[in-house]
Amino acid sequence: MKLYELARLIRSKNAGPFMLTIDILFENQEYYNKTIDSGKINANFISDIYGINVEEVKIFNCPESLAIKATFPRSVSSGGVGDNDLFGGQQHGPLVEIEI
Amino acid sequence: MEPIKILSATGILGTGFSEDTLNRALDQNPDVIGCDAGSTDAGPHYLAEQVALASKEATKRDLKLLIKGAQQKEKKIPVLIGSAGNAGGNQQVDWTVNIVKEIAEEERFTLKVASIYSELNNNQVLSYYKENKLKSLENAPPIDENLIKELTRIVGVMGPDPYIKALEEGADVIIAGRSSDTSIYSAVPIMKGLDSGSVWQAAKILECGAASAEQRLHPDCMFAWIYPDYFVVEPPNPKMRCTPLSVVSHMLYENPDPYYLYEPSGMLDTSESHYESYGERGVKVSNSKYIQSEQYTIKLEAVQHMGYRRISIGGIKDPVILKQLPDYISEASSVVKRKVKESLDIDEKDYKLLFKVYGESAVLGDREPVKNHPLNEVGLYFEVIGRTPEEAKSIMSIASHTILHHPVKEWSGLISNLAFPFSPPYAETGPVYQFALNHVVEVDDPCELFKINYSVIERGEPVS
Repeated sequence: MKLYELARLIRSKNAGPFMLTIDILFENQEYYNKTIDSGKINANFISDIYGINVEEVKIFNCPESLAIKATFPRSVSSGGVGDNDLFGGQQHGPLVEIEI
Repeated sequence: MEPIKILSATGILGTGFSEDTLNRALDQNPDVIGCDAGSTDAGPHYLAEQVALASKEATKRDLKLLIKGAQQKEKKIPVLIGSAGNAGGNQQVDWTVNIVKEIAEEERFTLKVASIYSELNNNQVLSYYKENKLKSLENAPPIDENLIKELTRIVGVMGPDPYIKALEEGADVIIAGRSSDTSIYSAVPIMKGLDSGSVWQAAKILECGAASAEQRLHPDCMFAWIYPDYFVVEPPNPKMRCTPLSVVSHMLYENPDPYYLYEPSGMLDTSESHYESYGERGVKVSNSKYIQSEQYTIKLEAVQHMGYRRISIGGIKDPVILKQLPDYISEASSVVKRKVKESLDIDEKDYKLLFKVYGESAVLGDREPVKNHPLNEVGLYFEVIGRTPEEAKSIMSIASHTILHHPVKEWSGLISNLAFPFSPPYAETGPVYQFALNHVVEVDDPCELFKINYSVIERGEPVS
């Protein structure tokens, strides 16, 4: 299944002007477990997709909220010279259709 | 023990709430009404230029209902507004206080209004820097003495302490500069002697108004009952409800870490918090912890001026150009730079010419994982950032003309490669700023960076 079929919400957002955070909130316990068990979404995976250093990626598996969260630095601060996404709201795009 | 009852009016002052919801919440006799007015979310412009994000009319509507509701009670309820005018600069505090004064005059209120200012001057920050009291946070930009001297505006993000001071000095309404989200809601509990994990996590949940409801139908109020070892949160609007999942999920939103939240005086630890339904629409949260830190720190936010911007956007549809787009852009860009030097005698280091290709990689930039997919059409956005508005204008004239007509070997004769949607084909967007600090300053006194002024109004007339 594709990630968006398992999730009730996939979103990205600024976490302050210098960091970006991606939340994947799953539809139910089964879909959360399925994704966690696949082992697919980890720091290496995020680092490959976005071309960032793996040490800069933090992954949180949150069973109580049925969510996986990834946090990493912005390449340019929010609204700074050369920034592409003031609110950081569209950076999750490459994750939506990944196969789990 | 009686709980401490807190009403959060809405997520951002000026985005509104239902009057009916507010009245239901007021029936619960809250100990304090709070509302956040700010965020860094909308970028550096608001701190630099001191304009408010919400309109005056919308801000006044919200403030009027809150102050009226607070003043109607036998035991008046303090109203606390944080991060006034979005960025919490001094002019934004004054702008908001003036709205309160207008309301007081119209309603003939008797009020003591506290203005808490949070701006620091450059020399203050320079002293902290020289004393090695500035500590960088994650992904902080590099700083040095010159940068600190050139910063356009700097604010300190206050904790609850200046609010407590103003409350103890009798303020009915507090309009505060830049504040941590939680300070607005933790101030009254801490003043009453409760400084627990339940207070700080409740404050974090309250900060976004109704956002922690299962379905936030529109911006609206949120209410919390805080006890020493747990709190209950419930939307006062009967059409909304909180669930354990909606509340715990809210801890993810905009936070870099879902479990640990750093505050001026310590760290909130929600890693073992327990969430359970409470009644039909409420959630009880227990086992939140707060760990006091040894050193009190104030986060600083600052902006630096980067120049003046002109922007342009044009569509490209010709497959011949689309096939060689990266080369086309880099060649045209080199020609622009050569012409700018020849015609204007401006060096490359003294301006910026930046491109984004909408339809290809504009949103993710260098982080875009999909490469070389076929393009049907793209929007080519380009911008010039010059040292002055005039230089930006002169450079943009050259850039738009050059990029429009830049030749390719497949076509002979003059070509026009950009479909501009407007005339003139570029626009001035004013000064450009950038966030320049992601640092904390170590302070001895939580209030040392913040100055409080009072305005006393009697039956609508200013007394002092």
